[in-house]
Amino acid sequence: MKSSKKYCKVINLISATDDKLVEISDKGLLSLTLKEMQTIKKYFVTLKRNPTDCELETIAQTWSEHCKHKTLTAKIKLKYKKGRKFVTKVYDNLLKDTIFYATKKINHKLCLSVFEDNAGIIKFDETDAVAFKVETHNHPTALEPYGGSSTGVGGVIRDIIGCGLGAKPIANTDVFCFGDISTVEQLPEGVFHPKRILKGVVNGVRDYGNRMGIPTVNGSIVFNKRYNYNPLVYCGCIGILPQDKVYKKISPEQLIILVGGRTGRDGIHGATFSSAALHNDLPTSVVQIGDAITEKMFLDVLLKARDLNLYNAITDCGAGGLSSACGELAMNYGCKIFLEKVPLKYLGLKPWEIWLSESQERMVVIVSKELKDEFIDICKKEDVEATVIGEITNTKKLEVFFREEKVCDIDMQFLHKGNPKFEFDIEIKFQKIKKYDKNLEISFGKSLVEIIKKVLSHPNVCSKEYVIQQYDYEVQGNTVLKPLISYTQQYSPQDSAILWPKKDSYKGIVISCGINSFYGEYDICSMTESVIDESIRNIISVGGNLEKIFLLDNFCWGEIQNDGQLSNLVLSCETAKNVAIYFGTPFISGKDSLNNYFLLKEKKVSIVPTLLISAIGIVDDIRKTISSEFKSFSNNVYIIGETKDELKGSVLYDILKKNDSKVPSLDYKNAKKIYKTFDKIKPYILSAHDCSDGGMITSLIEMTFGRNIGVEINLSKVDILLEFCFSESNSRFIVEISPDNKEIFENLLNREKVKFMYLGKTTMKPYVIIKYKNEIVCNEEIKNFYNLWSKGLNL
Amino acid sequence: MLNVLLKKTKPVALVLRAPGTNCDFETLQALKITGFEVLSAHINDLISKKVSLSGFNLLVIPGGFSFGDYISAGKIFAVEILFKLKEELTKFFLDKNRIILGICNGFQVLVKIGLLPDETFVQKVTLTENDSGRFECRWVYLKVNKKNPSILKYLPDIIQIPVAHGEGKFFMSKDVEKDIINNEQILFQYCDEDGNTSCGYPLNPNGSLKNIAGITDKTGKIIALMPHPERFMYKEQFPCFRSYEINIIPFGKLFFETIRKIL
Repeated sequence: MKSSKKYCKVINLISATDDKLVEISDKGLLSLTLKEMQTIKKYFVTLKRNPTDCELETIAQTWSEHCKHKTLTAKIKLKYKKGRKFVTKVYDNLLKDTIFYATKKINHKLCLSVFEDNAGIIKFDETDAVAFKVETHNHPTALEPYGGSSTGVGGVIRDIIGCGLGAKPIANTDVFCFGDISTVEQLPEGVFHPKRILKGVVNGVRDYGNRMGIPTVNGSIVFNKRYNYNPLVYCGCIGILPQDKVYKKISPEQLIILVGGRTGRDGIHGATFSSAALHNDLPTSVVQIGDAITEKMFLDVLLKARDLNLYNAITDCGAGGLSSACGELAMNYGCKIFLEKVPLKYLGLKPWEIWLSESQERMVVIVSKELKDEFIDICKKEDVEATVIGEITNTKKLEVFFREEKVCDIDMQFLHKGNPKFEFDIEIKFQKIKKYDKNLEISFGKSLVEIIKKVLSHPNVCSKEYVIQQYDYEVQGNTVLKPLISYTQQYSPQDSAILWPKKDSYKGIVISCGINSFYGEYDICSMTESVIDESIRNIISVGGNLEKIFLLDNFCWGEIQNDGQLSNLVLSCETAKNVAIYFGTPFISGKDSLNNYFLLKEKKVSIVPTLLISAIGIVDDIRKTISSEFKSFSNNVYIIGETKDELKGSVLYDILKKNDSKVPSLDYKNAKKIYKTFDKIKPYILSAHDCSDGGMITSLIEMTFGRNIGVEINLSKVDILLEFCFSESNSRFIVEISPDNKEIFENLLNREKVKFMYLGKTTMKPYVIIKYKNEIVCNEEIKNFYNLWSKGLNL
Repeated sequence: MLNVLLKKTKPVALVLRAPGTNCDFETLQALKITGFEVLSAHINDLISKKVSLSGFNLLVIPGGFSFGDYISAGKIFAVEILFKLKEELTKFFLDKNRIILGICNGFQVLVKIGLLPDETFVQKVTLTENDSGRFECRWVYLKVNKKNPSILKYLPDIIQIPVAHGEGKFFMSKDVEKDIINNEQILFQYCDEDGNTSCGYPLNPNGSLKNIAGITDKTGKIIALMPHPERFMYKEQFPCFRSYEINIIPFGKLFFETIRKIL
């Protein structure tokens, strides 16, 4: 290449000092480390030329934390004390050695494509497959809640449209972590109040999902002041596709076609910015602008084109724009791209801006030359723009042109494999659990009802009806377990959503999630165990089967250079591996978002490490699934599983401002047994609800809402009342059984040695009555509890 | 030969799409299940004369966010029809054996074309933002007007189907109200379990005047409603289908079957 360029800038890298290299990265918002800059310099030294701005941007995007997961794939040396000796453990590639390892080891026969494509793909039935992907969109949401969250939804939907040869999106999930909504203190400049963020985010998700005609069926919202500066937004999408359309078929000489919206300057540097700290003078151009209808329009035509076999590969233009999409599709072959052909929103974009722009609603499709006209025609008929912008070559090079000028010429090998591997040496210091005196009973035993009321109206427990009912969870007509169920005007929340996508059989898809905003503060391993267990038990409790459950991980962590955060990440991955292998539930997809911190007067304020586990299960008969509301009066109510001294990080302790006790962990001896037994007792269960945030009492009361059926229980056998009511121990359910099935039910549990306890009976009288050692400690009308629960969000 | 025979025995329905229509798939399914031959067409197909309305017995404008609904819901779709397909549409509804059905966004479109409450092509009523100021997705009770001129008056007294919309508040002037009441043009009203139509939010999810959820023209051949009958074709779609003692009728299916009877 000649050194003088008309359309792009040549950057003097080959003679740059280390200081200069750092400066180039910082000023250009490239988010590259010195080591990476040195590697790039070395590459161009061997080429005996300097890179263009376009080349440097392409490398920065491809090597970004967002696209490459540099930390999670890093080599990590871990040192910790075991007894008196130091033990060292080495991970060559953290992700491969933990999460992937679990999936490989389980080797589930229903997995079709895992950690390869835009989404994880599993078998649904004999002919069809299901794809599931969950993304985070945290940084953009903090800057612009509405735009950030709506483009988050749009992006994950495109992941599904762009996985395999294209799946039809059939459901969305959304999980949010917000700061303390009752915050009264002055927030730093550039930070929005959690309430404002919540409203913006909900509106964004609603407007995009509803317009796309995709039901938003599952999710969760948690609050903790540790998210005050950095809210988290997780968007998931589930799609269905024929099994013969699971794999892409790329080969040289095929055309690269850009489909959908036009390209503008919005969202430039989204990929690199997403792993940088937030502060108050970031440019807003890093946030993209969404338009659901453009996406809906190409969804309609692309599905048609897919079924006519008009294209051979498809992917979305997400983070990194065309650079990422073309770079990845053509990774093994090379490609030529002609940027002047890209349709623009307005003139004046530099070549690298066209190449890197993250303008939304664009897909890249690979079409053979013979079918080009037919493909473009089908798009045109419904006013969808489709433009040939280049072709797949066999040069193993990424060649990008603007008019007559070559603006980028990099070897695919260097681009995708040339990045220096990160290495970390860390030492973990396990903290000893301090001894504590439990004096719960004495100080709080007398006002159980008051405490219940506080727990029910706690933002992490209370009804999310305000949010849920703004989402169209019924569109497409597949939702057979809705997020809320009511016979009156009171709603019982459900543990999972169930979809019935094909009406010629009764097979269904179950979707759930597990997340906690408090546990991560105290005990990362227990947090990891708890959220995985929660996502799985949510599927079990609606009638799913442990043998057909698959997991997705989304790690959202704070400032990763900070040792504690990184060792926490390693511990969390290791725990996730063990739990997944234990349950036999493989990970099929995942995504991490690191460095969620805010620069507050030079001080780095990190979020609490947060792991979202999304779970998907396949059920054979949706008619035999279970919902949570009590079905009738005079039935027996039981709790299955063991309640332990695990109150640390619980909702009760957040209210009482206490932090003794332990964080709920996984009982490796019993959890699996409980879930397998649950499958056997399933035919006798009339209603079931898992126990999680707010403990057993919260679940019990939530079950009374849907039909206004009361409950009367006797807890005299219990030692510590508050612990039993509010501990958030894992692997527990409350179930309703007809007295006719009492014996067979109890015998089955006894035979399997599963712990359970008879609590009492459902009643026609709409009251929650709790007896404890000859005293009535709670005698409250359901309506009163419902009012507090339903208005807890206070928006 | 078989094809021709089928066409003669089955009525043919056209589901008309625009960019942003999103309930077309389940509407097509609902029609198929209840014995219609169906075709889904993009509005561009009608404008380019690739498809003509003349071959159909039923025209359905399904739910969705046509053209994004960025300005008043259904408005752009209505304008497209009004300026490009008015003649064809007039021909269609003047034929007494044909029915036009608008669901959700389709209702908004029909009102904004001026086909409802009467076929003057002048907008007389509107469907505006819900009183709650939010999109509302809920199951509702509907009271069926037994004196309505359309075949749907034969539905049971009270039915349940879901609504999902942000702009569903039926609004009209006093004069129009008098007319549509006198002509028995109200088809569905939001009500409580007992059929009481004076109930407020959330039973009336949007604040509609007179609790109106669906109306017809004077002849009963143009039918429109905000709730989604195509979402209740199977009993498993009902929120409480897991209760044994409840006798569940998929009212959406009954809805389409009833229309099918006169076509």
